Amino acid sequence: MEKQLAVKDLRVRYETADGVVEALNGVSLSLEKGKSLGLVGETGAGKTTLAKSIMRLIHTPPGNILAGEILFEGQNLLALPIEKMREVRGNEISMVFQDPMTALNPVMPVGQQIAEVIAVHEKVSKVEAMEKAGEMLEMVGLEARRAGEYPHQFSGGMKQRVVIAIALACNPKLLIADEPTTALDVTIQAQVLDMMLNLRKQLGTSLLLITHDLGVVAQNCDEVAIIYAGEIVEHGELREIFHDFRHPYTEGLFGSIPSLTQKADRLNPIKGLMPDPSDLPAGCKFHPRCKYAKAVCGNAIPGTYDVGGGHTVQCHRYGSKEYESEG
Amino acid sequence: MRKRKVQQLEAMAAAGGRSLWQEALRRFRRNRMAMISAGFLVLLVVFAAATIIIDAVTGNAIYDAKVISQDLTHRLQPPSKDHILGLDEFGRDIALRIWWGARYSVFMGASSVLAAIVMGSILGAIAGYYGGVVDNVIMRFMDIMLSLPYILLAIAIVAALGPGLINVLIAISISYVPEFARVVRASVLSMRDQEFVEAARAVGASDRKVIFSQIFPNTMAPLIVQATMAVAGAISSIAALSFLGLGIQPPLPEWGAMLSNARTYIRDAWHITVFPGLMILLTILSLNIMGDGLRDALDPKLKN
Amino acid sequence: MYKYVLKRLLMMIPVLLGVTFLVYFILALSPGDPVRMILGEQASEESVQMLREELGLNDPIPVRYVRYLGGLLQGDLGTSYKNQLPVAPQVLERFPNTLILAMSGMLVALLVGTPLGILSAKKQYTLLDNATTVLGLVGVAMPTFWLGLLLVLLFSLHLGWFPSSGMGEGIGPLLKSLVLPAATLGTSCTASVMRMTRSSMLEVLRQDYIDTARAKGLKEGYITLHHMLKNALVPIVTVAGLQFGMLLGGSALTETIFSWPGLGRFMVDSIKSKDMPMVLGSAVFLAVVYSVVNLLVDILYAYIDPRIKSQYKK
Repeated sequence: MEKQLAVKDLRVRYETADGVVEALNGVSLSLEKGKSLGLVGETGAGKTTLAKSIMRLIHTPPGNILAGEILFEGQNLLALPIEKMREVRGNEISMVFQDPMTALNPVMPVGQQIAEVIAVHEKVSKVEAMEKAGEMLEMVGLEARRAGEYPHQFSGGMKQRVVIAIALACNPKLLIADEPTTALDVTIQAQVLDMMLNLRKQLGTSLLLITHDLGVVAQNCDEVAIIYAGEIVEHGELREIFHDFRHPYTEGLFGSIPSLTQKADRLNPIKGLMPDPSDLPAGCKFHPRCKYAKAVCGNAIPGTYDVGGGHTVQCHRYGSKEYESEG
Repeated sequence: MRKRKVQQLEAMAAAGGRSLWQEALRRFRRNRMAMISAGFLVLLVVFAAATIIIDAVTGNAIYDAKVISQDLTHRLQPPSKDHILGLDEFGRDIALRIWWGARYSVFMGASSVLAAIVMGSILGAIAGYYGGVVDNVIMRFMDIMLSLPYILLAIAIVAALGPGLINVLIAISISYVPEFARVVRASVLSMRDQEFVEAARAVGASDRKVIFSQIFPNTMAPLIVQATMAVAGAISSIAALSFLGLGIQPPLPEWGAMLSNARTYIRDAWHITVFPGLMILLTILSLNIMGDGLRDALDPKLKN
Repeated sequence: MYKYVLKRLLMMIPVLLGVTFLVYFILALSPGDPVRMILGEQASEESVQMLREELGLNDPIPVRYVRYLGGLLQGDLGTSYKNQLPVAPQVLERFPNTLILAMSGMLVALLVGTPLGILSAKKQYTLLDNATTVLGLVGVAMPTFWLGLLLVLLFSLHLGWFPSSGMGEGIGPLLKSLVLPAATLGTSCTASVMRMTRSSMLEVLRQDYIDTARAKGLKEGYITLHHMLKNALVPIVTVAGLQFGMLLGGSALTETIFSWPGLGRFMVDSIKSKDMPMVLGSAVFLAVVYSVVNLLVDILYAYIDPRIKSQYKK
């Protein structure tokens, strides 16, 4: 199958007066056309940085993309001139932002905010763009007559529907959703998510879904990538990861959610905290919290090992000779 | 046991307070522009104070002989080795007059703002602390004063009182009262319901004690910043009023009054116009830069 | 919207009452007997008393204020002590000149200050940003009257480009005579508008919805205008409104320097000749104009930011 998106060895850091934050340290992942990939990780693991890098929305300064490639249908987005990139944004790749409260312009009617993206990418008149914006509102379950209203007149869930309408207005090939439901009430989350996924299926859009919620991934994704401290530690098909996870961090993640089938008196959260991204440990970033850690884990960055069927793990336990010889 | 705990808390509070100010001072010191401005202002104050001392010691000898008395034979002489800033329309040394005139800007500016702070703080603290009708009456009146441009308010007051040093002082302090009343009231409001104030009230401290011992120290930071800016405004207003002939009157060497005279001779000599104004500009500029620096140092969140 | 405007208009009434009372009260307190001024020091005690009665000066201040207010509502600002003519027409005659000057100053400020502020924010920490920041600091600190004198020294006495005083007749000479006063009056205002635009834009620049706009593939210039500036506008308009008041107030200085026949200079001259009804009339008039400007600014807010409008609906 054809690759829609391939990120190769992406390195991003933020340089501020208070220090250098290593946000992404050689991230590689790929997504096939029409499929959906769940990117799972804790706050601060670099999920949003990855999403913004793909859209080329990293603010410089303080952000800096140091190395790597982001191939979209074979074309390196990082090498595109900005005018070409603008044609990609909103048209071929769209993004749904984390917080609908701040993602909409407070002084512009929502209809116009949708119409803008249509007007810039499609050869239509202003009136047609506004009409289409109304259709988009209906599509996400809002009334078209509310197009003239301002964001503050909508609830959080409705605002996120507007954001989704903006993202899908030009029928993009790839949708990046950065924790699209985190800021919403629990009761609204499922509604918004279902709607987004239905639309995606209708339109045949590929999806990069960023979340910290494994449950959301289980319902919606074909593949899963686990990100920890700016590195993809495990990547594979949904079933593979859920039933045969290999990385100690993934193991920890599953240990910290309650299971319906197994009785447990206590959950097993991962010990310790994610390292400060401005002061990362040497070797494997996870080794200070890892119960399997050996000396080599603190010295060498582990390679990425294929454990079968495209399931990859970045961990010394799955192929490092030093690890095995340490006993 | 309980007493020890209280002592510990007090020590912590004191340490907290101290380190806050120390931290602010450290940040301020790193701001080079603000430090230069502060240095300039310190020099200005020292020089201004020096003239007062010199006058007191010499019984106004220099003042009478050099600053005030006229020498029409040498009038409008351009800057030279003997008189680096030249001589004015009555043959007086401009450098010397600027030096002697510093006292008006420095001390009148500062004292008018100080008076405004005292009046404004009292009104603002009362309004904020008691709220309700008291707050409404005071603040509506302040709003009305604020709905007049400063300089218009000051001009109106001077028009009523007549020109002169004290009247200018009164006019300018009154026109700055509402500003301080608002700042203090806002601080008091944000402070009133905080726990340490409620705690003080709960242990039976009187209203006045709460205001002065708990609330007032915490409003210091915004007040200091506001005051610095206000002194700059006050100096500008004093000079403006004097320039219009409504403030300090010649032959007193006030900088604005000097410019007012210079205007008459603008066709004959440039130097009598340029130098007094430059001093006003530098003084106000320094105060503004220092004010910005203080704001950044005291409340780093505000810095963009 | 009409409801909102009406509400603001109603809210202005107490402000206007307060402002006029304040000005009246301050000036009524002024020492010196106006009657003695009119009749001279040699007038008999009897005729002084008669005129006092006639002018209503024996009544308490609140009564006099109400009477003054009654006149004010009918467009009567009293009679000048100096030339014995009604004050109102004399004030109205000079006000347009002040307005022309203040509006030109404002125009300079908006045309120069806003674009410089935007540029400076978008190119933060560059040489351009540093240069405008320094200019802004100096502009704010610059004493108006000194700047006016410097401009006269340079542009009319040294270079001879513009007249140093008076107001030209006809469009060409008028514009020529307007340049220096407008620049003088507008400089500090320009600096304030620029500083506010910069900090307000910097605030908006980091907002999420700007990322949203970029993610749509919009052009940077369009984003700056439609997304950034519109959000940054409320504080800018606030400063501009405040500054307009300063312009009206500051017109006294600028008009004096350039012998501009406006209300500010007229007021200062009246103060010097102790013509209280004239001072009062000018001050009350300026205060009312200032209040109206504030009202307009408030209404403008609602147009710019829909959230403000809906607050008032509640």
